[in-house]
Amino acid sequence: MNYFLTETEQMIKDTAREVAQKYIKPVAAEYDEKNEFAWDVQEKIAEAGLCGVYIPETYGGICPEGQMGIMNLVVAVEELSKVCGGISLGLAATALGTIPLILFGNEEQKQKYLPAIAAGEKLAAFALTEACAGSNAGGIQTTARKEGDYYILNGTKQWITNGNVAEMYTVIAMTDKTRGARGATAFLVDKGTPGFSFGKKENKMGIRASSTYELVFEDCKIPASAILGKEGHGFLSAMKTFDMSRPGVAAQALGIAAGALEDAVDYARTREQFGKPVISNQGLRFLLADMAMKVETARAMVYATARSIDSGDRNCSKESAIAKCYASDVAMQVTTDAVQVFGGYGYMKEYPMEKRMRDAKITQIYEGTNQIQREVIGQCLIKEAAAKK
Amino acid sequence: MNIIVTIKQVPDAANVRINPETKTLVREGVESMMNPLDAYALEEAVRLKEKLGGKVTVVCMGPPMAEAVLREAISLGADEAVLLSDRAVAGSDTLATSYALSQTISKLGGYDLILGGKQAIDGDTAQVGPGIAVNLDIPQVTCVRKVRECADGKMVVERMTEEGYDVVEVTLPAVVTVVKEINEPRIASLKGKMAAKRAQIKVMTAADIEADLTRLGLKGSPTNVVEIFSPDARQGGVKIEGAPEEQAKSLVTALKEAQLL
Repeated sequence: MNYFLTETEQMIKDTAREVAQKYIKPVAAEYDEKNEFAWDVQEKIAEAGLCGVYIPETYGGICPEGQMGIMNLVVAVEELSKVCGGISLGLAATALGTIPLILFGNEEQKQKYLPAIAAGEKLAAFALTEACAGSNAGGIQTTARKEGDYYILNGTKQWITNGNVAEMYTVIAMTDKTRGARGATAFLVDKGTPGFSFGKKENKMGIRASSTYELVFEDCKIPASAILGKEGHGFLSAMKTFDMSRPGVAAQALGIAAGALEDAVDYARTREQFGKPVISNQGLRFLLADMAMKVETARAMVYATARSIDSGDRNCSKESAIAKCYASDVAMQVTTDAVQVFGGYGYMKEYPMEKRMRDAKITQIYEGTNQIQREVIGQCLIKEAAAKK
Repeated sequence: MNIIVTIKQVPDAANVRINPETKTLVREGVESMMNPLDAYALEEAVRLKEKLGGKVTVVCMGPPMAEAVLREAISLGADEAVLLSDRAVAGSDTLATSYALSQTISKLGGYDLILGGKQAIDGDTAQVGPGIAVNLDIPQVTCVRKVRECADGKMVVERMTEEGYDVVEVTLPAVVTVVKEINEPRIASLKGKMAAKRAQIKVMTAADIEADLTRLGLKGSPTNVVEIFSPDARQGGVKIEGAPEEQAKSLVTALKEAQLL
């Protein structure tokens, strides 16, 4: 299908595909097995210029000033994820950590971080989730106590993607617990700040080539200049960020599904049983056709949402939630079916299919579980209906 | 450090056919690409520039369509590109091509190093690099697999030989041709591709390079191709299997049958 990619988007797609084929494909299984961040591949992603695709030109990226580059991010993440949905997170999770800075950062903060992130010299991460505050993000316990021109951070963040490998962390902490969600504030915290350390390294089912850590803050002193946006706006910043970052997760899911479909079709054409390729069985063709329908509709939704955001739509909670929820459900279904197409080989680690199934699962869980996405969509429906009266 | 890289546009190696009548390569309908070894030369040039500063200029002789490989070279890190394109150079053999390229390089001037692939995959002659060095009257090192040092107007390189390698020190400017062992070429970056799209490709003619027209094209090419053909595909050998004693017996029988014993 012709999605009318711009010349720039097409270049990003081609470049990401080349990086994925040349540098990710040969090592994806190895990093998955080792549960290790793929620094050598991340360097290639940086050299190829993919780290700045969603960052404004003024700060070393390629987006015209004042325009978001979510579609650029989406095509890059999709292509990388076709080959490995874990390694692609070096870029995708950095975007999640960086989008709040693009949206709410002041000039000084942007100058400090964005050029290095655009060049791929620094990665970023977003830290909201805690042991007791997952879907209920308003329940976070990490505190930031004001002391003169500083804030003192205490608490533990959990399951932070790009934990340990990122240099800049967007951390949400409570500056005023009595105010509930309005008492949360976003801070930009540098790796290496005294009092900021890494706890447990997570041993995950999938996306094992991405780095997931606990972040531990013990009397960590942060200058007031590190506040992102305004004090008390942390929760709002997080929600606005998710509206724009969810297409990135959706693109990861889409890529995983699309990669699985591509490989499944190739396999079904070459695998012979009963003296003919298995694809000559209508039952299998129908299965592949259903997979293709899901992948293509997911792509249409993800691209449309990304374009809508880039065109300036700031009221995109519903569309972002639909894109994320739909694409990730599709990824789970399609990868499961792709394993079925591969039969016994699909279940074996020698083939890249079982990994896709493991990688797909997280996309239904993180950046808001798909139950939360449905809740967001439902709430939007109520608001829209109420606004009509 | 100002580096010139000579680049040739060649037909995609996998699809080369020869016209038995004219004894020339069939170029129609065959995709073109940058000569693979030139890509290694370009990569080495860009690495030297990144380390030492300066600029990389790519030079190509060919028809207007050869502009494509020059844009590709810019996407891979070259700063400027020059295309020598003129009907007068059509049909040039390696002697005429070396002359034409050296005239172009002289006109550009200000170079410290000229890099190129050891040979092109279409003609396979490996003569143009050395030819340029002779025309410009500068030293040459061919088949270089590593640049060890590059400073103070000198370079120390490893030249690949059948047995191993020689370490050669050469004063600059010089012509250096490279083999694929020298590096692993990068892929074009996004910014490189954008720069390539915008780049101005400088086109020069025989008049621009003040060439002696009798030394260009068919007139300036003494080479006469007597015959050109695709060699027969090599036949697979015979594998003798079994226990060592049985193998020896089978081998002797086979050699006797072939009347070699």
